[in-house]
Amino acid sequence: MATDTGTMKTDVTQTSRQFSTFFVADLFFGVDVLCVQEVLRFQQMTSVPQAPEVIEGLINLRGQIVTAIDMRRRLRLPSRGDDLMPMNMVVRTEDGAVSLLVDEIGDVLDVDVATYERPPENLDPAARGLIRGVYKLRDRLLLVLDTERTVDLAVGRAA
Amino acid sequence: MQEDQDVIREFLVESHENLSRLDQELIELESHPTDAALLASIFRTIHTIKGTCGFFAFSILEKITHQAETLLSQLRDGQRELDPSLVSLILETVDATRKVLASIEATGEEGPDQFEDLTERLRAAAQGAAGRGNQSTPDKPFDSALEQGCVSGPAEHAEVAKPEPDATRSSAAADANIRVGVGLLDKLMDLVGELVLTRNQILQFNTEREDAALNTTSQRLNLITTELQEGVMKTRMQPIGMVWNKLPRVVRDMAVSLGKQIRLEMDGAETELDRTIIEAIKDPLVHLVRNSCDHGIESPEVRQRAGKPPEGKLTLRAYHEGGQVNIEIGDDGAGVDVDRVKEKAIEKGLLRPEQAQKLGDREALNLIFQPGFSTAQTITKVSGRGVGMDVVRSNIEKIGGIVDVFSRPGEGTTVKLKIPLTLAIIPGLVVNSGGERFVIPQVSLLELIRLEGDSSDKHIEHVHGTPVYRRRGSLLPVAYLNQVLGLKAAERAEAVNMVVLQAEDRQFGLVVDGINDTQEIVVKPLGKQLKGLTVYAGATIMGDGRVALILDVLGIGQRSGVLAESREQTRNVAEHKTQSGAEQQRLLLFRAGSFERLAVPLSLVARLEEFPQSSIEHAGGCQVVQYRKHILPLLPLHDVLEPGAPDRGQAADPAQVIVFNDGERSIGIVVDRILDVAEDTVTARQNSNRKGLMGSAVVGKRVTDLLDLDYVLKASAEDWFQRKRTSADGKVVLVAEASAFSRSLIRSSLDMAGYRVIEAANLDEMIRELEQHPVDIVIAALDLPPNGISALRAAMGRRPEWERIPVLALAETAEQLRTLAGRARDFEDCQTRSDREAMLDSVARLVLAQASVETEPVRAGEEK
Repeated sequence: MATDTGTMKTDVTQTSRQFSTFFVADLFFGVDVLCVQEVLRFQQMTSVPQAPEVIEGLINLRGQIVTAIDMRRRLRLPSRGDDLMPMNMVVRTEDGAVSLLVDEIGDVLDVDVATYERPPENLDPAARGLIRGVYKLRDRLLLVLDTERTVDLAVGRAA
Repeated sequence: MQEDQDVIREFLVESHENLSRLDQELIELESHPTDAALLASIFRTIHTIKGTCGFFAFSILEKITHQAETLLSQLRDGQRELDPSLVSLILETVDATRKVLASIEATGEEGPDQFEDLTERLRAAAQGAAGRGNQSTPDKPFDSALEQGCVSGPAEHAEVAKPEPDATRSSAAADANIRVGVGLLDKLMDLVGELVLTRNQILQFNTEREDAALNTTSQRLNLITTELQEGVMKTRMQPIGMVWNKLPRVVRDMAVSLGKQIRLEMDGAETELDRTIIEAIKDPLVHLVRNSCDHGIESPEVRQRAGKPPEGKLTLRAYHEGGQVNIEIGDDGAGVDVDRVKEKAIEKGLLRPEQAQKLGDREALNLIFQPGFSTAQTITKVSGRGVGMDVVRSNIEKIGGIVDVFSRPGEGTTVKLKIPLTLAIIPGLVVNSGGERFVIPQVSLLELIRLEGDSSDKHIEHVHGTPVYRRRGSLLPVAYLNQVLGLKAAERAEAVNMVVLQAEDRQFGLVVDGINDTQEIVVKPLGKQLKGLTVYAGATIMGDGRVALILDVLGIGQRSGVLAESREQTRNVAEHKTQSGAEQQRLLLFRAGSFERLAVPLSLVARLEEFPQSSIEHAGGCQVVQYRKHILPLLPLHDVLEPGAPDRGQAADPAQVIVFNDGERSIGIVVDRILDVAEDTVTARQNSNRKGLMGSAVVGKRVTDLLDLDYVLKASAEDWFQRKRTSADGKVVLVAEASAFSRSLIRSSLDMAGYRVIEAANLDEMIRELEQHPVDIVIAALDLPPNGISALRAAMGRRPEWERIPVLALAETAEQLRTLAGRARDFEDCQTRSDREAMLDSVARLVLAQASVETEPVRAGEEK
C-alpha cells in the first residue's frame, strides 16, 4: 500500500508529518495527506434505500462508483442543516476510494510528531474507535482520523 | 537480464501450453497406441522443452525430459509397445515437469526436488526396452533429422525445435495469432465499459436536442461502440475446451485408481465463455466430473450385473442457449438413490423423518447440495469427504449461474449448469420507484404487466393480507418495491406497473412506480459498506452520469417475504412460508360426513384419540367421554357442518377424535376418519361462504376444505369459551407479522382464547389499523417488515395513546429469544412463535398488567 509505506517513511526519517485537515461540526480532523485522493464540492448523489444511515449515497467519480459516508452521522453529531453543503473528501482505503462528507476543508498542515498524544480515554464511544490520536497544535487540537476504521461500519456500532 | 526474464517467461508460457496438449495427446495415444503422428508430436513437445532447458541450464528438468525423450523415441521407432504403465510414467513426467516449471515461475529456480526416483524409473524403463535386444542405444536417442538441429549448439536447439509442434497441426493458425497479456484485455474491457456508459450519456443528450449532425454522429457512435464491445468481449472469450483439456487426465486417473472403466465424451468444447467465468467454473467442473467417476459410474462387475456395458460413459456437453451457456455433466451410472439421500439427511439431522416422507424426489435430490452431505458408502481418497456439492453450488451461484441435478435410478445422473456468458456488461431494465431509478437484470425478467383503468387496484387481490395477482389462471405473489426498500409510496397512479421476475425456480410480481427502457449496463461492485445489503447486486452509471442501483432479484424476493429466506429454511422449518400467499403448512387431513377431505392446522391439534363407542356417555345432551380423569366433551363434526343431515348409518367404532385444548379445557371433535398429515404448500386458497369452513385449498394435489375451527367450537360449545372470557373478553390484539400463515395460526389461538384479533402484514398496515381501531395489545414479529420491531416501537411512540400499548415480540427460535433477553426496550415481553401456550400466557399477563395501570381505559370514549 502506497499509503502505508509513505507513513512509515515519514515516521522514520522526519520529525513532522503532513495532514489534510477538515472540519466536522466544531471538530478539527486530519488525515494523512497520502491517503487523500481528492477533494470535491458536493456531488449529486444516489441514495441507497435500506443502507446504514451513515451512508449518504453513491457518487460517480469519473466512472468509478464511490460510497459517501456522512461524517456527522458517523460521529453521531447533530445533523448539518440544509443550508450547509458538505464537501467530499475522497480517501483511499483498502477497499478502494470512499468519500467522507465533511463540513469544510482546511489546509494541509505540517505537524510536529512530538506533539502527538493518544486520544483521551473518556472520548465519546462513537468517536473512540475512529480517532487514532491527537496533535496538540498551538491554538487547537488536531484529531487524527483512522480512515480504515471510519469506512468499516462495524467499528463503533456496538457502542 | 530483463531480456533473459522475458525469454524465460516466453518459455514458461509455451511449455504450459504444450504440456496441456500433451496430457490430451497421451490419453488419446492410449486408445490409439500406434498413431505415429501422435507419437511424433508428443516426442517433439518433450524434445522442445528439453532443448530449451539446456539453453537456460535447468539441469533437473533437462534430466527428466531427456529420459522421457529416450523412452518416447523408442516408442516412436516401434522398438517397444505402449502399455498403460508406460503412459502413467510419461504422465508422471509431465507432472514433474509442471512442478519444476511452476517453481521456476515463482522463484526463478528449479526447486529442491531432484526427481531422482522418477529419472531412475524412466531410465530403467528405457533400458528395459533396449535390453530386450534392440539395435538402438539409449544414449543416442535422437533420430538423425533432429540431431542436425542439435549440432549447432543448444542456443539454436530451441529455435529449430519450436516450429515443429505447430507444423504437425495448424501452422497457418499460428502465424495469424499473437499473444496478448490478459491484463491488457481486462483493461480494454474496462475501457469499453466506460465507453458504453459515455455512449449512453451522449445518446441521452441527443434525445434532448434537435441537432441533425449530433444525431448522425451519435448514431454512428452507438453502432461502433456496440461492435467494439462485442469485439473486445470476444477477445476475452475462451473455448470451454480450455478447462475440459485436463478432464481426460482426471477421468483416466480416477478410473485407474478406482478400478473402473470410464469413457469420456466431450461435445461442444468450442463453446466460448468469458475468461473470468472460465476461471470460476474450473474447480466446480473438476469436482463434478470426479463425483461422477467416483459415485456415479459403477464398477465393471456391478455394471455387467445390471446388464450394462462394463465401460461407463461420462458425457460433457456445452452449448449456448438464450444468452447463457449450458454445461451438462452426465453419467450412465447408478443414479442417485433418493431413499439413501433421505436416510442420510435424517441421519445428519438435515431433515425430520416425517418431512422425508413428504419430500418429492426432486427436492430430495437437491439435498445433496446441503453442506456436509455425502451419500458415498465409503469415503474414498478421490472424492466424497462430504465437502463439495454445496461448494459447487455456491461457486456457480456466485457468478449468477444455476445448478440443477437430474437423476434416474439405474440410468445415471446429469448435473446441469446454466452460466451467464459474461459478468461485466449486462442488459437491464430501468424502473422507477419512490423517485429513484433502479435496474433489474434482464435475465431475471419474465414479463411486464400494466394494469390500467379505475379498477387497476382491484387486479391485485389479497389472500390473508398478502397481495397476489391472477396471472393466466394461477396466483402470482406480489411485492411492492416501495415497501421492500422503504421508499415513499407513489401517488395514486392511473395504472399499476408490475414486472414479473424469476428468482431460482420461483416467480413473483414486483410493483414499481414506472418502467423506463432497457439498457446495456456495466455492473460495478458496491463498496464493502454496502455488501451486506442483499437487495442490490451492484450499481451502474446511467446516461445522465448518475449512479443507479442494480436490484438483486433473489434478495428482493427474500426481503419482501415473497421467497423464503433460504432454501434450508423451506426444508428445515417446513411450517414456515415458502411463498407468501402459498405457504408451507402442516395440516391434519380427515373425513367427516359428506366432506371427503377436511384439514386443520396440525399445530392446533393437541392429540388424536380413539374411543370405543361403548365408552361414550351422554351428559346434558352432549356426548362426553372420560379421558385422563376429566370429562371430555365430544362434538361430532358432521352435526356442526351439516345440521339436520340424515345420520349416515353406523358411526365408526372406535370413534376417531381430534382433541383440541387450550391449557385448561379440552374438547374432542369426532370425525369419520383421520386421513393423513400433509406437509404441503397450500396453493390457490378460495374463500368459502359456507359456515364452518374457512375455504378450500389444494393440498397434496387434491382440493381440501379448511375447517374453521373457531366457528365449529363456538357454534357448539358455547360455554367452552364463556368461562375464559373474563380476562380476554373483547380485548383487541393486533397481530403484526409478515407471514399470512403465521398470522392465521396466532389468530386461531387468540380467537379460541376469546380475544378479538386484527391482522397486519407490515408496519404500514399496522399503523393504519392502529389509527382505525383501539388496540389493547400488539403482537409483532421481530423481523416485521420493513425494519423490524424497533421501527415499530419508534412508530408507536408517535402518539401517546399508542405508546402505552404493550408489545409482545415473537422470535423465530428459542436461541433468538435468548439473545434478545437484554434488548427489552423495544417490547414488553418476548416469546417464540411456535410456543402457543407461552404466547397466550404472555398476552394474558400483559392485558392484566395494563388493566391495573389504566384505571381509566383510554379507549373508553372511542368505542362505539
